[in-house]
Amino acid sequence: MNTVKTKKCNNRIKSCFADRVFDIINTIILAFILIITAYPLIITISSSISSANAISAGKVYFLPVDITFDGYIAVVKNKQVITGVTNSVFYTAVGSAINVVMTVLAAYPLSRKDFRPQKFVSLMFAFTMWFSGGMIPSYILVRDLGMINTRWAMLIPPAFGVWNMVLVRTYFQSNIPESLFESARLDGCDDWKYLMKIVLPLSKPILAVITLYSVVGHWNAFFSANLYLQSAKLQPLPVILREILLLSQTNDIANEVAMATEGTASLQELNVILKYSLVVVSSLPMALLYVFTQKYFTKGIMVGSVKG
Amino acid sequence: MKFNRQKREEIITSKKKETWGQEIKRNWQLYLMLALPFIYIVVFKYYPMVGAQIAFRKYVPAFGIWGSKWVGLYQFERMFSHPIFWKALKNTITLSTYTLLLSIPIPIVLAICFEYARGKFFRKSVQMSAFLPHFLSTVILVSLINLLFDNRTGVFIHIIQNIFGAKVNVLGDAKFFRHLYVWSGIWQGAGWSSILYISALSGVDTQIHEAAIIDGANKWRRIWHIDLPSIRPTIAIMTIMSMGSILSVGFDKTYMMQNPINYDYSEVLATLEFSMGTAGSVPDYSFAAAIGLAVSVVSFVMVMITNKISKTLSDNSLW
Repeated sequence: MNTVKTKKCNNRIKSCFADRVFDIINTIILAFILIITAYPLIITISSSISSANAISAGKVYFLPVDITFDGYIAVVKNKQVITGVTNSVFYTAVGSAINVVMTVLAAYPLSRKDFRPQKFVSLMFAFTMWFSGGMIPSYILVRDLGMINTRWAMLIPPAFGVWNMVLVRTYFQSNIPESLFESARLDGCDDWKYLMKIVLPLSKPILAVITLYSVVGHWNAFFSANLYLQSAKLQPLPVILREILLLSQTNDIANEVAMATEGTASLQELNVILKYSLVVVSSLPMALLYVFTQKYFTKGIMVGSVKG
Repeated sequence: MKFNRQKREEIITSKKKETWGQEIKRNWQLYLMLALPFIYIVVFKYYPMVGAQIAFRKYVPAFGIWGSKWVGLYQFERMFSHPIFWKALKNTITLSTYTLLLSIPIPIVLAICFEYARGKFFRKSVQMSAFLPHFLSTVILVSLINLLFDNRTGVFIHIIQNIFGAKVNVLGDAKFFRHLYVWSGIWQGAGWSSILYISALSGVDTQIHEAAIIDGANKWRRIWHIDLPSIRPTIAIMTIMSMGSILSVGFDKTYMMQNPINYDYSEVLATLEFSMGTAGSVPDYSFAAAIGLAVSVVSFVMVMITNKISKTLSDNSLW
């Protein structure tokens, strides 16, 4: 009896020590994660309002040095950027609306067990997640539909995502009791009314989540624009960002030489902070959206995806 | 309760007698709702699968997909004897394996760290910071790499210089491409991928943990004997799904990071397919489609195999 007691005591002391070690290690890991994820973003914001000289000299490590807003002024004045933002806002608003409507239209029938083709259609949809025809056949299809170089190319090909549909369907199935449908039916409610009046109001968290997914997807869409659009007037922000942020870099050296001879090195310097400012301006909308919709994640994604 | 059961039985028995016609009459609204998504899937997902036969033809724009000459496996033979194909294949597999080795375990570790974080505010701030990079677009991610590692103005280069005393030209050295590519991907995606595990962990019954604590189990043992076993199904499913990406390295990022300096390391199957399918006045559609089809088939087979293995070993599978 006595030995057991001491043993238990020992165990507890040992576990306390092990737990303390664990907590220390865990806190260090988490602090490290906080630093490596936040630092690049903080330094980008700081650099965007620092002078180019300070950045080149390596003086900006955390807080901005020689605060200037020239970069942001240059961004706002840039016509290309304004075109890109306008187009992206349009593609994002219309495209996401289409996405959400299509997702709900598919998810509701496929969540109903008494819908006879449910199993077959679900399988048919799911198969497209694992197998695709590839880039070229899709391109030829979009071309044959006459969508190349039109706004439709940014809206129709990504109109529906099977993964989103699976999330919403799982949510409908696991969060809305079947008895609700039965009683609604007894009261003479048809499917359409039931979906609009009962299912959707009860599914706000998951709707917020898929709206967020669609918005982020459309705002960041690059591939289809790169493939389907040629006209400069139609380009969304990511394509324009690539031109300014990535492609202009190869011209930097040429610029440098040209500027040096003309003595307008300031333009080249402005180029650096313009890039930092542009990064901040173009990622800000999605970052803010994330911060403000955060509270839905725990409800929406977590509940909707528990079943995997 | 009793009424419900009665009604359910009624429905079950009536279902057996129901004909297709009656079912359609009862559920016509469901059919109508499903019509648009169904048409979308058929046109934009299944029709391109039929169109993938272009890989077995010699595509001539004037004749279209169906009118072009059938050449069997000719395009695939060309593919295997193409000088860049093997290099692209090697780069693809290297990059995706490197990514998978990190992107499977790291989110699990992250989720466990979050779960055992001390202090709610601390946990929330770290989580928020770890999730945020997911919302940056690929263009921004690649721009950040280029800006922060810029040999003249990049802050990381300045930090390296201060610590090691010498400048390292990270962007100008092709050797660094793989590490930059993979670790930037982890930086962007690992936090977000941990969400699934976080939700799985929050579903673990607290009573099991309480019982374990009374029995004297420390946190290490609780993680090993309670948390990890209970998120095993999620781990299995995430692993199966990621196996499908073994031959498909994200096109956007590789394409944007690619430059003449790192070409030998950054040319992957997706960029080869793209350049074959878009370059020149008469792009080689059939050749590019052959690459795309090969990638699709291999990815699909990989998912099937992993699914089968997982099903036999642990009884966890996608369906």
